[in-house]
Amino acid sequence: MADRLSIPSWMTESGSGGCQRPTSSRQRRESAVQKTIMGMSGAIRGTVFSERVASRTGLLQETDPRVKVAGLLGLLLATSFLHTWYIILSIYALTLVMAAASSISSWFFVKRVWLFVPIFAGIVVLPSLFSIVRPGDALWTIWDFGHEVTFGPWSLGSSIAITHQGLKGAVVLILRVATSVSLAVLLTLTTHWADLLKALRIFLVPRIFILILSMAYRYIFLILGMATDMFTARTSRMVGGSNPREDRSFVASSMATLFGKSHALSEEVYSAMISRGYNGEPLTLHRFRTDVKDWLWLSSVILLGAVALGSDQLLG
Amino acid sequence: MHIPDGYLSPQTAGGMWAFMVPAWYWAGYKVKNTLNSRQAPLVAIAAAFSFVIMMFNIPLPGGTTGHAVGGTIIAIVIGPWAAVIAISVALVIQAVFFGDGGILAIGANCFNIAFICPVIGYFTYRFLGKDAATNSRRRWLAAGAAAWAGLNVAALVTAVEFGLQGELFMTADGSALYSPYGLNTAVPAMMIPHMLVVGTIEAVTTSLIYVFLLKTNPVLLDNYDHLSTQAVGSYKLKPLIIGIVLLLVCTPLGLLATGTAWGEWGKEEIGEEIGYVPAGMGRFAGRWEGFLPEYAFPEEKGEAAAVKETAAPVVSASGTVEEEAAEETAPVSLEGVGESTPAYLISGALGLFLVIGVALMTIRVLTGKTRKKEQLG
Repeated sequence: MADRLSIPSWMTESGSGGCQRPTSSRQRRESAVQKTIMGMSGAIRGTVFSERVASRTGLLQETDPRVKVAGLLGLLLATSFLHTWYIILSIYALTLVMAAASSISSWFFVKRVWLFVPIFAGIVVLPSLFSIVRPGDALWTIWDFGHEVTFGPWSLGSSIAITHQGLKGAVVLILRVATSVSLAVLLTLTTHWADLLKALRIFLVPRIFILILSMAYRYIFLILGMATDMFTARTSRMVGGSNPREDRSFVASSMATLFGKSHALSEEVYSAMISRGYNGEPLTLHRFRTDVKDWLWLSSVILLGAVALGSDQLLG
Repeated sequence: MHIPDGYLSPQTAGGMWAFMVPAWYWAGYKVKNTLNSRQAPLVAIAAAFSFVIMMFNIPLPGGTTGHAVGGTIIAIVIGPWAAVIAISVALVIQAVFFGDGGILAIGANCFNIAFICPVIGYFTYRFLGKDAATNSRRRWLAAGAAAWAGLNVAALVTAVEFGLQGELFMTADGSALYSPYGLNTAVPAMMIPHMLVVGTIEAVTTSLIYVFLLKTNPVLLDNYDHLSTQAVGSYKLKPLIIGIVLLLVCTPLGLLATGTAWGEWGKEEIGEEIGYVPAGMGRFAGRWEGFLPEYAFPEEKGEAAAVKETAAPVVSASGTVEEEAAEETAPVSLEGVGESTPAYLISGALGLFLVIGVALMTIRVLTGKTRKKEQLG
């Protein structure tokens, strides 16, 4: 009897539990499940957070969603045409002002924008700074070979340098990416999803697409929940490690199971929709009303965009 | 593969939107014909599903993880056209809410990931698995191979879009306006990791899901084939043909706009390299100088003027351009604006009309029929 009650030796061993933090590169392999759960809960948290920001009072929250969508998208389009770094920088500064006026913490806003996309863009454009990739006028010579170096058909040139052209192109790209991301973040943080969808109707997006979008958005969270449950269930059942092979087959089978569940769900949803007499129009409690303030905001944004484009041409 | 905003020129991003609008229209029509009245919830839930599986991390040799797109397996189960809509919707939500991919670049991202990937994947699967039984080994191998092909063709198309920016959109002094790499850099940079790693993840995942569905829910694997052979119905091709014709009419104008720019950059280089500019090319020399203002950089003036002078005697026969070349000494050159702006405005207006027209037609076709069904139901 005593033997039966004693704890098996594998349960007292430390270091191979499924829930443990990975410490070595071998153990890091086990983190796929963890990473998935973290990603999913991160997505849910992010959405809850943006809904909270959208409910605050501020400049953009109080602007009519249709006007806001048109204005910010127009500014985004204008930014994509700009070629002069300091004009793009001034549009970026404008996004900071708008964020501050919309009760978004400046530090959060700057971090959210600069932490991901522009740093990624920076890594991507890094090689293009050098004369090997993009030949041009040397701004700073790093290494002078003294003669032309060739590898078969490829020529490295006679020196490696950061070029004027490479730097200018990189600065323009990074600034443009950061400004575009800031504008998109402003739009989504300050607008409720339902309002955003309704606002899309002014761009003549077909109703059926808006319906699909709104349903998909809602079901993402349901399916995220189902998937998180599957992953959490596995993690909590696991004692000891699993090998990548098992993980792969688990991930694939959960995808397939999830597909089966989603398929069954869609049938139920359809019946539920029919029985409630859906007419395909997305509904929101918020009634859109534009006032002088909205039009003032839109016209200043249009004016600013036009000034930016005009000065870009003249000063460029 | 998600392209953020700022990497693609507005011309490229706009072109991709112009392609995707009729593609969505066509996909919408096909879905209605094959999946019948359950299309909306099915497509919506497939979109949510595709969004969620892009989050599933798969362990890779070497300790890292990667994720699959699932384009091909979704296409096999719900059909390629429903997959186009479902993955597009997932991408739109990713772009708008999670900042994954740009908003202006939605057209390009949907073209690469939501159109090329499932459509190439599905038809490759059909081709490779032709006449084989659903539960045969050839079918699941075909699914994996097709997923690999679909993903890699999508990656190639993305690489070409990136590479074109480096080839087409340069200022006169050689600095990049958008993504800085040419095709010779962008294509290998995208293709090597996709062919080796990402494509393999997609292939393995697709085959594994196929085998799992075969064991647990084989009906789903035959579902679409069954529906598509059953589907009948009349379809008015006229609005689509009008849309495509309009698009064809407008596209050359758009191409003219970028083509001139491209031709010009090429010509600058030719001018520098061979010492003269061919007559036909010289005619366009002034057009984009004002519109793409980087040309007006002070240090470039001398060179631009030299090119102009070479071109001027040849151009003088045609009349108007000669006078502009004489005004070249102005510190900021704007002479191209007059010529390029009307063409640009016309092409922009026509493009806008086209997009609105296609959107209106889509609304009519899609909502009109839905309403009828609702009334019947």
